[in-house]
Amino acid sequence: MLVLLIARLTVLELLRRRLFLVLIGLTLIVVALTSWGIAQVTTVGGRPMTRVEQVTVVSQLLILVGFMFSFTLSFSAVFAGAPSLSGDLESGTALAILARPISRAEFVIGKWLGVIATILIYALPTTALQLFLVDRIVQYVPPHPFEFVGFMVIEGIVVLTLALALSTRLAGMVGGVVALILWGVAWIGGIVGGVGLVLNNATATHIGTATRLILPTDGMWRGAVWALEPATIIAAIRASGPAAAGNPFFASEPPDALYLAWTAAWIVAFLGLAIWSFQQREI
Amino acid sequence: MIDTPAIVTRDLAKRYGALQALAGLNMTIPRGAIFGFLGPNGAGKTTSVKLLLGLARPTSGSAEILGQPIGERASRRRVGYLPELFRYQPWLTAREVLLLHCELAGVDRAAWSREIEDALAVVGLQDRGSSRVGTFSKGMQQRLGLGVALLGDPELVLLDEPTSALDPVGRHDVREIIRGLRDRGVTVFLNSHLLSEVEQVCDRVAVVDRGKVIAEGTLDELLRSDTVRMRVSGLPRGAKDQLAPFGAIDEDGDWLVVRGVDADRVPDLVAHVVGLGGRVHAVEPRHETLEDRFLRLLSGD
Ligand SMILES: Nc1ncnc2c1ncn2[C@@H]1O[C@H](COP(=O)(O)OP(=O)(O)OP(=O)(O)O)[C@@H](O)[C@H]1O
Ligand SMILES: [Mg+2]
Repeated sequence: MLVLLIARLTVLELLRRRLFLVLIGLTLIVVALTSWGIAQVTTVGGRPMTRVEQVTVVSQLLILVGFMFSFTLSFSAVFAGAPSLSGDLESGTALAILARPISRAEFVIGKWLGVIATILIYALPTTALQLFLVDRIVQYVPPHPFEFVGFMVIEGIVVLTLALALSTRLAGMVGGVVALILWGVAWIGGIVGGVGLVLNNATATHIGTATRLILPTDGMWRGAVWALEPATIIAAIRASGPAAAGNPFFASEPPDALYLAWTAAWIVAFLGLAIWSFQQREI
Repeated sequence: MIDTPAIVTRDLAKRYGALQALAGLNMTIPRGAIFGFLGPNGAGKTTSVKLLLGLARPTSGSAEILGQPIGERASRRRVGYLPELFRYQPWLTAREVLLLHCELAGVDRAAWSREIEDALAVVGLQDRGSSRVGTFSKGMQQRLGLGVALLGDPELVLLDEPTSALDPVGRHDVREIIRGLRDRGVTVFLNSHLLSEVEQVCDRVAVVDRGKVIAEGTLDELLRSDTVRMRVSGLPRGAKDQLAPFGAIDEDGDWLVVRGVDADRVPDLVAHVVGLGGRVHAVEPRHETLEDRFLRLLSGD
């Protein structure tokens, strides 16, 4: 299978180029620090914390750590995806490969799978370790750990697919910057949409909805947040009124099935776009 | 299948915006030929190779390689290619690059290690097989590219300026490699501006200029062999004019150069010179070099 051959080659490239070793190293340091920090939050105002207080604090800390994961995952997906096709075209390594009996589609899909595999190699052990350590230290497991990892990985795949599609036409730097700006815009769009809900402002709500549809990264991030929130906290924040909708670190509900289907269709469509665009390219 | 030509092109043309990179290429290259594709910078040589390999798309016209329409995967099944811009994954070792191409070319798994070691030996990299390509000199990278092009028993090998980065020993090696390919019946398509090199290995050549083939044929057909050089002394002044009926006369130091002489009139020419009182020290029939011909073609003669 030539697709798997290209995927293997891509993983090897990312591992040998040390991006992911550096990333894993830094992430392990962060995991160690947060675990140590979480071990310290045992008292409040000089008295031992109640279990409810501890769960509240730890779960909110975990959401911040989750954001760090979501951030590094998205960034590394962009750094790996944006130069993957354009770099091979610029350097000339694509010439010898594409002159072989391989189709352009196989090449693009192979690259895509390779970066996804690398994302998983990075995300699965580090998040598992983080959740495991938190469980050992304060006996707390977030309510939906698998969904948390799943939503984050999907967010990474979305932004990777965008970067790869841009990579068929733009130089690595340019495509990477564009992808990151769009990722940031989607994050802000999510906040704007939330604010729209709070203020009952239709325009802001529509902006939020539009960005959620155009680039479903923030939608997936909200899913990851939801997966980390204990039911008690969701209930408490809901009870405090609609203002929480504007908070990018809060989600009262997971993305619904329709939105997940949209996200899947979005990924397929952009991967198709990347293949089509690459097929038109002259090498 | 084997009786289809190695390469057939029909009015193959490529336009980049307003620039006509290739203007209707028509050629048929038989199996087993060593074909030299010559032309000045920007003539369209690399463009032709890229079109044949489906790396670029023709604006019009069509072509087949090894009996398959270009652009289709099947057409690239038994083809080796050394790009003009030869770059291989710097994070892989030479062996790993060759292994990658064994897989891409669909070489039998059982043959991989033999193919790889053979390729390394043929291009003289057997001692550097485990080094990262990123540490290779330019010439070593081109040697590796040549090894890649030879993998998997190809029926057609396209070499785009295969010696551009090589030292004289490397150039000699490449000529030997090409002769080896000829002995195995492999068709070779060689892009080059090193005319002496082409002259030594190719049996057919085409000259392109500004996207058009301006001459094509075997070297014998293309190159004149009607020039004679003689080293003569003691020829009286004015005697040279009497040689005019044999051809155009020129002087080159001690040498008398006569162009346009039929081969069977050379003894008559020598007798005539002697008859005029000249002492003949040497007679050399001289083939026109490819370079002469090339320059003549490009100057619009
Ligand atoms: N990607 C491209 N975009 C625009 N023009 C191109 C492109 N590739 C080639 N050309 C043009 O097509 C013409 C033929 O180029 P090509 O590379 O085929 O020349 P060549 O015969 O290989 O020259 P050289 O001996 O310098 O390698 C040139 O005028 C070149 O500028
Ligand atoms: Mg060229």
